[in-house]
Amino acid sequence: MNRLKIIEEWIFKIISFIAAYSVVLILLYLLLVVFKKGIGALSWEIILSMPEGGYYFGGDGGILNAIVGSFYLSVGATFLAVIIGLPAALFINVQLIRLKRTQNTIRFFLDALWGIPSIVYGAFGFAVMLLLGLNASLLAGIITVALLITPILVRAFDEVLKTIPVELQEASFSLGSTKTETALKVLLKQGLAGFITALLLAFGRGIGDAASVLFTAGFTDNIPVTFDEPVATLPLSIFFQLSSPIEEVRQRAYAAAVVLTIIILIISVSARILSKRYSKNSIK
Amino acid sequence: MNSMTLSYQSQLTARRAVSQNEIKVSELKEAAPIVEIKGLNVRTKDGEILKNINLEIPKNKIVVLLGPSGCGKTTLLKSLNRLTDLHKELKVSGQILIDGQDITKAGQNLANMRQKMGLLSQRPFPLPASIYKNVAYGLKLKGIRSKKLISHSVETNLKRVGLWNEVQDRLKSPANSLSIGQQQRLCLARGLAVKPTIILADEPTSALDPISTKIIENLFKDLKKHYTIILVTHVLRQALRLADHVVFMYYGEIIEQGHPDDILKNPKTKILKKYLIDGN
Ligand SMILES: Nc1ncnc2c1ncn2[C@@H]1O[C@H](COP(=O)(O)OP(=O)(O)OP(=O)(O)O)[C@@H](O)[C@H]1O
Ligand SMILES: [Mg+2]
Repeated sequence: MNRLKIIEEWIFKIISFIAAYSVVLILLYLLLVVFKKGIGALSWEIILSMPEGGYYFGGDGGILNAIVGSFYLSVGATFLAVIIGLPAALFINVQLIRLKRTQNTIRFFLDALWGIPSIVYGAFGFAVMLLLGLNASLLAGIITVALLITPILVRAFDEVLKTIPVELQEASFSLGSTKTETALKVLLKQGLAGFITALLLAFGRGIGDAASVLFTAGFTDNIPVTFDEPVATLPLSIFFQLSSPIEEVRQRAYAAAVVLTIIILIISVSARILSKRYSKNSIK
Repeated sequence: MNSMTLSYQSQLTARRAVSQNEIKVSELKEAAPIVEIKGLNVRTKDGEILKNINLEIPKNKIVVLLGPSGCGKTTLLKSLNRLTDLHKELKVSGQILIDGQDITKAGQNLANMRQKMGLLSQRPFPLPASIYKNVAYGLKLKGIRSKKLISHSVETNLKRVGLWNEVQDRLKSPANSLSIGQQQRLCLARGLAVKPTIILADEPTSALDPISTKIIENLFKDLKKHYTIILVTHVLRQALRLADHVVFMYYGEIIEQGHPDDILKNPKTKILKKYLIDGN
């Protein structure tokens, strides 16, 4: 009996070890491939300069347009998504606290929206754009990406709020606060760390998505100055460079991929650091 | 069955006949009930948690709720504060009059109503903020902005619960860094700071050492001058030390209630007898 348990324990240990490390290994291998292919072409020039004439056929220049464009677009979209998403999540958890069925229906729809592929959002955004007479532009891109990440954000915020013990709300209520005061002064603070993580992950999703911006944001060699100009994005920049017949340009695509990967890595690391810092006060 | 729902007032009158302690009785009789619970039922779809609770709580007294785990003491306290609202599965019916006002109908001024009753929950739940801000929270809700007033109140209330010496050097630290016993006292200080008229205390000394327990017990005796206290405890001695009136609950019903000497020393019902014997 005892020996059986020891064996069981070992088998479990080995399986979890393999599972954990294979995830890490796959990630490392992916990074290695991208870095190996891109590192040769990676230089300050490519990061800090705009594409010049004939860039996609091997001409001089860089991908600054796409880096800055991606930031513009994702910051705008995340901002928009938070403005809609945070009140929505608070509404679900505070105002609808007694209406479990309504809560769950909303959650169901949000989950369904989450599962829709981003190309569908792209197509939807494109249709709306035509309807409103807009061009492929920063604004249209921001709106489409916001549509894509809002359900993700609301559900992530919602999950954070769900983990907050109801007793904490009780404590706040019994000190005489209203629902709004409780939401703003207690729930937001308690969930802050989780909200920041959710926000950065949504930002990462936004910055890395190609399909939703394909028709809606357009592409340009410049950095947009107004909202109705088209905007370049890193994923599309990678896509266009990878489809080039010229080897040198394809290598630059990998350099751009390295840049995008590094940005995403920075985002997830800062999500960790920030969430640690802001969970200082939260109740466990 | 009728004796179970006998009101506090009429029990007192009954007591008068046997009691020589005329002064005490007349003193008690003067106090009009501040809380009147009439036919309170709380049920879930699986059954009843509170069954036809009828109870009068006199002003400026300590009423102790006794009863085995799961008999509905916490639920009773939460209904007094309408925190049952937060739990959709709980269906509440009946009347709860506080100062003559039916709180089950309170709409707009629910927050004000709750502020009148400080609830000290069974498990302490500090707010996600510093020690200082936990006590200041309720004051700020009341619209008090003066830093001087607030810090004065923080200090006095932390002193009252015997926490000041332990935390005065780290008022800015997160409240979650305190031990459970310290959190329990912090939550009491936080509740007292908003100056409620009724204190609902759910096992407020369950995580405290004997010395802190004594501080809190003395505090309650002192608070009684200005507040009405409803206290849940599993410690029979504590009930004896503090209670003016004891209510014994069993499976959602009030089985017996009365003066602590009667309830704890001369129980009438078998259930209470057994509870007291097992408890000693
Ligand atoms: N939200 C709820 N949903 C369903 N059942 C509940 C809910 N809250 C309480 N109950 C049930 O009601 C009964 C009374 O619970 P309550 O917490 O009031 O007991 P208690 O007397 O405070 O016990 P203890 O001394 O252990 O704290 C329990 O059986 C509990 O399971
Ligand atoms: Mg309880």
